[in-house]
Amino acid sequence: MSLNSVRQVRGATGRTPRRVVDRSKPYYRPYVPYLFLFPGLALYLLWSVYPLVYQLYISFFDWRIIPGQTSEFIGLANYQAVFADRTFWLAMSNTAMYAVVTVAGQMIIGLTLALLVNRVTIARRFFRTIYYLPVVTSWVVVSFLFVYIFSPGDGGLINFALMKLGVIAKPVSWLANSGTAWIAIYSLGIWKGMGWAMVIFLAALQGIPPELYEAAAIDGATEWQRIRYMTLPLIRRTIFFVLIALMIGGFQVFISVLLITGGGPLHRTEVALTYMFDEAFGDLHFGYGAALSYVLAIVIVLVSVLQARFFGRGDQDLEY
Amino acid sequence: MIATSGSQQRVLNIAIFLVLCAGVFIAVAPLLYMASTAFQGIAYVQPYPPRLLPETVTLENFTQAFSSRNFVRAMLNSAGVAIATTGLITALASTMAYSFARFEFRFKKFIFSALMVMIMIPGVVLLIPQFILAKNLGLLNSLPGLVLVYSAGPLAFNTFLLRGFFENLPRELEESAVIDGANAFTIFWRVMLPLAAPAISTVAVFSFLGAWDEYLLALNFLTDENLRTLPIAIANFRGQHSSNWGLVFAGSLTAVVPTILLFIFFQRYFIQGITSGGVRG
Repeated sequence: MSLNSVRQVRGATGRTPRRVVDRSKPYYRPYVPYLFLFPGLALYLLWSVYPLVYQLYISFFDWRIIPGQTSEFIGLANYQAVFADRTFWLAMSNTAMYAVVTVAGQMIIGLTLALLVNRVTIARRFFRTIYYLPVVTSWVVVSFLFVYIFSPGDGGLINFALMKLGVIAKPVSWLANSGTAWIAIYSLGIWKGMGWAMVIFLAALQGIPPELYEAAAIDGATEWQRIRYMTLPLIRRTIFFVLIALMIGGFQVFISVLLITGGGPLHRTEVALTYMFDEAFGDLHFGYGAALSYVLAIVIVLVSVLQARFFGRGDQDLEY
Repeated sequence: MIATSGSQQRVLNIAIFLVLCAGVFIAVAPLLYMASTAFQGIAYVQPYPPRLLPETVTLENFTQAFSSRNFVRAMLNSAGVAIATTGLITALASTMAYSFARFEFRFKKFIFSALMVMIMIPGVVLLIPQFILAKNLGLLNSLPGLVLVYSAGPLAFNTFLLRGFFENLPRELEESAVIDGANAFTIFWRVMLPLAAPAISTVAVFSFLGAWDEYLLALNFLTDENLRTLPIAIANFRGQHSSNWGLVFAGSLTAVVPTILLFIFFQRYFIQGITSGGVRG
């Protein structure tokens, strides 16, 4: 059975087959939908739903991963410990700060680039491709790359450039203290994500009918007025969508921190997931790590739900 | 179109073009620096001044990377895992999505909402229970085990994406095929699946990229040296030879170039995936 024969049927009868088929009666046996559903659903239940429930269970135990040791049920003690843990609060505020700084950076740069690319008539595709390259480059690779770029000596790319520009007098050991280490981590986050925001913004801008701009130009609106009062309101939903998606991503910051500072020095650059990872796979506190994961998952869901509430419907549509 | 004079307009356009080129420089400079370091040859001291384009081009670092048996094996492991994951995700997500889009059955809404819940919850927070589950099932140190976990994570979102696509295909196609005596499987396989090829390609490129780059699960699931994947092998280059960054970046480039080519050749599907929401590269 191919499309061709379907067309032949239509051609031969000379009318749409719609009248022949009774839509209320399914043409398939009742078990067929489940056959389509089952393989994927089974995998999903085993590796996503079950772990989600199992994690809750683990979080109520002083969980022992080493064979032979028994895990002791301790109720909510892991959660109490999490909320009393100063490193947890430091990690959470670091995570929130990372989200705020990098989301703002990605959105401002992404939107600016999109507005500009939308204005030029040549090489649009070229710009879009180039800006997106950091996004497709693996986190592991770019994390190492930024360690190297922020090298402490005067041969480090950032040190060299800043010294040539006269911003700094002698080389900075960027990763040795938390303040400057954050600069490296933030710039990686912004650099890697700005192209993603740009592509989405550009798609939204290209969906705006040009007649609207022509009308505004006739009305004598200035460039800035058009952006402020027309373009931005028109792509409002896209802006909210990008904001929420980037926020959720920002709260999941992990591999860059793990590979750039490892949360150090002295937990000062710890984020939620590096701390969870450290507790579970470093110190084998799996119950504690599970409780931490749960708290973080709830925070992420809350952030996205609240943002969707605050900023409208969080729609993913790009239509106007 | 714009209420400014021609020469002002020209100046503005040139300014815009210059800003965009500055953006290109910022996006590309770190990657160039990586390539330059990789091609510059073995250097245990960071060269001064740093160069975005190599002074001399040598393949020393690449030769060293490829002479390591573990690295070559890691590449093959990564390729195998990524291809298997891509196959599994596209197969499972398309059948599930088709079921939601084209069939009526009991608990359909409930099952679909249950699936959608996971879109909001990030996969990394399931690391601990997935690790313990894999341990209990004897799937640690198993590449097929890794493929299963890799496939489960993005399944919900991809099902959502493909369901939207299947829903928009015209009903008449199905009905004509029914008149011709085709059953549900034939219709799915011969009629609907070929029409969904663009959307399935989108799912495929992102699945491949996700599995090819994955670090964390691979790091914890695989301890056997022979099973390691590419990101782990690169991290080990850094660990073992922390002073030879040329080697680290030769390995990195080997991993990154295929993904960049994939992006350039299948850009259409990338853009489609990104703009349909949720997918991050």
